[in-house]
Amino acid sequence: MTTTSSPAPPASAAEELALRRQSPLQRIQHALHAYPAISPALILVLAVIVFTAANPNFAQPNALSLLVQQTAIVAALAIGQTLIILTAGIDLSVGAITILSTMLMATLAAKNGIPAVVAIVIGVALGVGAGALNGWLVTRVNLPPFIVTLGTLSIFTAIALLYSGGQSVQGDDLPALMTWTGEAIRPFGPGTFYVTTGVVVVAVLYLIVGFALSQTAWGRHVYAVGDDAEAARLAGIRVKRVLLSVYTVAGLLYGITAWVLIGRAGVASPNAAADANLQSITAVVIGGTSLFGGRGGVLGTLIGALIVQAFATGLSLAGVDDQYRVLTIGILVIVAVSVDQWIRKVKA
Amino acid sequence: MSTPYHPELNPEFNADQVSTSQTREDRQPVLQARGLVKTYGKVVGLDGVDLEVYPGEVLAVIGDNGAGKSTLIKALTGAVVPDAGELRLDGKVVSFKRPQDARDAGIETVYQTLAVAPALDIASNLYLGREERRPGVLGSVFRMLDKKGMKKRAGESVKRLGIQTIQDMGQAVETLSGGQRQAVAVARAAAFGSKLVVLDEPTAALGVKEGNLVLSMIEQLRDSGMPVILISHNMPHVWQVADRIHVQRLGRRAAVITPKTHTMGEGVAIMTGAVTVLPKDQEALVR
Repeated sequence: MTTTSSPAPPASAAEELALRRQSPLQRIQHALHAYPAISPALILVLAVIVFTAANPNFAQPNALSLLVQQTAIVAALAIGQTLIILTAGIDLSVGAITILSTMLMATLAAKNGIPAVVAIVIGVALGVGAGALNGWLVTRVNLPPFIVTLGTLSIFTAIALLYSGGQSVQGDDLPALMTWTGEAIRPFGPGTFYVTTGVVVVAVLYLIVGFALSQTAWGRHVYAVGDDAEAARLAGIRVKRVLLSVYTVAGLLYGITAWVLIGRAGVASPNAAADANLQSITAVVIGGTSLFGGRGGVLGTLIGALIVQAFATGLSLAGVDDQYRVLTIGILVIVAVSVDQWIRKVKA
Repeated sequence: MSTPYHPELNPEFNADQVSTSQTREDRQPVLQARGLVKTYGKVVGLDGVDLEVYPGEVLAVIGDNGAGKSTLIKALTGAVVPDAGELRLDGKVVSFKRPQDARDAGIETVYQTLAVAPALDIASNLYLGREERRPGVLGSVFRMLDKKGMKKRAGESVKRLGIQTIQDMGQAVETLSGGQRQAVAVARAAAFGSKLVVLDEPTAALGVKEGNLVLSMIEQLRDSGMPVILISHNMPHVWQVADRIHVQRLGRRAAVITPKTHTMGEGVAIMTGAVTVLPKDQEALVR
């Protein structure tokens, strides 16, 4: 409730009720409403503390480096997923598009003798085309995103397997530029914390998309379309054009991730990133972006992806059965969506 | 000139009731519709409707459910393309294919379904679809929004309409009351409409106090010289703010009356077809 410049005595019991001090719970609700990334950030900090206490190796530079690398692929795919979920859509074809791009660029370079740069550009372009196809089906054929991407998930997976014959392209056959994303950068000297160039690429993607979402008109329109598409349309926003751009940009991000994936795995395999679909959605949801659209952002998603990997690494270092990780992630997803439902009921 | 739907004479109304001060022959309408027709299959939405709005007036449009109010408004604002008829804006023939065309021409509409994005803040909603960028390289190359400037100007737009209860332009719209949300929508229309503001049932979902807030905003708008079309079911509200009242009935204009010449009861009687108005009694008000 805003207080006016000259506070008049409340005229009725209802107004008095509205003017009363907020309970601590309401304050939390308001804070989360304004900054939905707070709760995942708290969970991440808590997880790091607990896992370090359980096994001090968790906080070792090498373990942290590995954690960041292992997060990179899911985190990168989750950027595109965040964009699509912000428009109240969903993308089940993330993994399939990435694999198809991976196999195309690796095969072109290793078996068809096409220069690495050209192969990468063609692979990324395929990601753009695949994303645009999703977007076209959603906006022109008016199919629900769930159905569209469920269909293209099978289509792209099948094409990737048919094209590659189910065979991986081995790292030795790949040109250096293609595995460049796996090279380590050691800013603090040997034996300390390091990142790969792929991790840097992903970080740059986060910065660019984060900037576009929060600082440009396009970003506003993405939020508005997910928040209330009809209101956006009436405000003069070309909703279908925004949606098409979101799916296409997501495809571009998947294509670039395909390159990062080759560096990370050191091999182009049609069976990699098999559960990337659900992992990317999990990261987005745990990161506080609403599945109903219009709320959230990539910062939360990055934290969400880190949480998932921190639980995997932490629980394994603590010597706990892997099923406890699966169980915990399941609980986190449900808690995250419940919190989202709660904070959208915020009142003035 | 349209003919009345029921041609029989009714003695209750005569030309003497219409004061001569209401003649507008010397003034050109801002927006003029002639013979608008819109059918949906066999259902007739508009059956040759005429309408005109003059500078600096509030024209109310009343009518029973199904009389064609909504279709009429949609036809005026580009949400529906009429099958036949002509629209003139400042005397020039215009045709709107989509809402954006009408908006580009200077006609702003506040829709009954509040067209605001609840999770976005007030300033973002005011500038939704017409965001302003920062000057220089930041704006032209990096496409950065001028958030500060938009917030400041949004505050000025809201204040200009005499709204005191909204202070923080960074507040999400969903934290506002119904009246405050309506105020945001009206403020947006007022800020960007250069020719005409159309308000579709702006007080329908509001309490007495909030309804009055919106009415005073409408008066502010009119006093600033902006013509307003107000669609409303609420007769006391219409009689409070309207300069002229367009009565829509069975897809046609049944009459144009004023709060001075007709009572609410008479207005409702025309609306429901209990009485009809002859064209000769209408000339002074229509033209």
